[in-house]
Amino acid sequence: MSTSVARARWIGFQTIILRECGRILRIWGQTIVPSAVTAALYFVIFGTLIGRRIGQMDGVDYMQYIAPGLIMMAVITNAYANVSSSFFGAKFQRFLEEISVSPLPDWLVVLGYVGGGVLRGLLVGLVVTIISLVFTHLPVHHVLVIFAAVLLTAVVFSLAGFINGVFAKNFDQVNWIPTFILTPLTYFGGVFYSINLLPPWAQSLSHANPVLHMVNAFRYGFLGRSDVDVVLAFAIMVGAAVALFGIALTLMRRGTGLRD
Amino acid sequence: MQALEVRNLVKQYRNGVQALKGIDLNVAQGDFFALLGPNGAGKSTLIGICTSLVNKTSGSLRVFGHDLDTELEAAKACIGVVPQELNLNQFETCETIVVNQAGFYGIPRRLAHERAEKYLNQLSLWDKRHKMARTLSGGMKRRLMIARALMHEPRLLILDEPTAGVDIEIRRSMWDFLRGLNEGGTTIILTTHYLEEAETLCRNIAIIDRGRIAEADRMDRLLLKLHTESFVLSVRAPLAAAPTVAGYEVRWIDPHTLEVEISKTQTLNDVFSQLTASGIEVVSMRNKVNRLEEIFMRLVDKSGSPA
Repeated sequence: MSTSVARARWIGFQTIILRECGRILRIWGQTIVPSAVTAALYFVIFGTLIGRRIGQMDGVDYMQYIAPGLIMMAVITNAYANVSSSFFGAKFQRFLEEISVSPLPDWLVVLGYVGGGVLRGLLVGLVVTIISLVFTHLPVHHVLVIFAAVLLTAVVFSLAGFINGVFAKNFDQVNWIPTFILTPLTYFGGVFYSINLLPPWAQSLSHANPVLHMVNAFRYGFLGRSDVDVVLAFAIMVGAAVALFGIALTLMRRGTGLRD
Repeated sequence: MQALEVRNLVKQYRNGVQALKGIDLNVAQGDFFALLGPNGAGKSTLIGICTSLVNKTSGSLRVFGHDLDTELEAAKACIGVVPQELNLNQFETCETIVVNQAGFYGIPRRLAHERAEKYLNQLSLWDKRHKMARTLSGGMKRRLMIARALMHEPRLLILDEPTAGVDIEIRRSMWDFLRGLNEGGTTIILTTHYLEEAETLCRNIAIIDRGRIAEADRMDRLLLKLHTESFVLSVRAPLAAAPTVAGYEVRWIDPHTLEVEISKTQTLNDVFSQLTASGIEVVSMRNKVNRLEEIFMRLVDKSGSPA
């Protein structure tokens, strides 16, 4: 690949990212504020009011215990929602054609949209982290684990959102997955409780939930506690990212939902 | 070199509809080429395949020698497209839309801003650069799509009904603009339902009907194929019936209007002489229909498709 082609691609990638950032900031009331408000409510109700009665979870203060899970929940929902709604919106309004007719390769288009999702996920995650620091103290057990877990999770759910955006034929279909799959997976993903509280069969079932591994890897980074093997959690995240990227790229190359 | 070479192009949609049934087409570099056809003939499908917005079923397509199957990115870089349907991000400003489009083609930001000023000015949109696309009129949106398509200065510009719904004044100014572009070396393919537009602007033409090329020729040669033309004459004094004009078929439309059909071997002078001899004064005259429209109707009617 010549330098000029690489430079052109880099400019194209930057353009997608800048457009996504512009969108996130333009509609900040939809993209940033809701998660911040929801997180604050969770901290007040579950952390302060109910948390006092719960006391400790897995050896730490309950508020401290749920903080990493709430941050991760915000990252997951925002990374997913950003890509699925942005990509589907571009498809619905047909301005995705601006990119489709351009010489940008499919893999770069996928990376561009995923980059936008990751940025929103991290931005909202940062906002929720700041809110959580108002309510509790968050120690840092392993900073690299924190960053790797949050980044990989944002990538995985951005890719999942991209695939949803490709298949969606209307706005209902953009909302189905978050409502009926993502939310239950997140709520049963160890955000609010340790799976050690569950009966053995439910613990085994929980291990099939990828969100459990992501939340626990992230929590491990802060608190040094995890319900799952952290190495396995990272293997699942990397595996999911690679598999979903492959699916997204195949769909783009086939033109599924776009050129058929 | 050919700007576009299409060979045996077939498109069958999943619902079984065969939109293109083996199209062969050449568009020479520097040409101003008209692609005409009734609604549903396959024009937009052909353009969709050229611009990679629609998957082909079989056949091949080369843009300035770049095969769409093997050199897709190089082929795409040569093409600018103005689609039939509005496809603007309604919540972005005019300037953002065109600058982003340049970015997708790898054009650095500073150069993109220079070109944005150039093309938005040329299309009388510079004063609207900070306006969101949704606030523009229909004509302005069409012009914005043209500016957007030009940002990477394509060698081949494909315009799918660019003047649809645009008032005559803006349409004429768009014609001048497109002529200037073509004179500057840009190959242009134009589809339009305004046949006067195609006749005025284009040098070569293909008429596509029900997925096949019904005719492809030079515009002047195609117009020569029109063996007869119908003229509408307005007469000063009212007439009760069609007058007899030897050798011509004259139809009475109303007391002040006659219609006469003239073949290539006949002359209007002869008609006027005979009418003058009969004491009939002709006040004005016009073609019954645009010449290209007449050919178009005949070709399309011949193949049994509604126009």
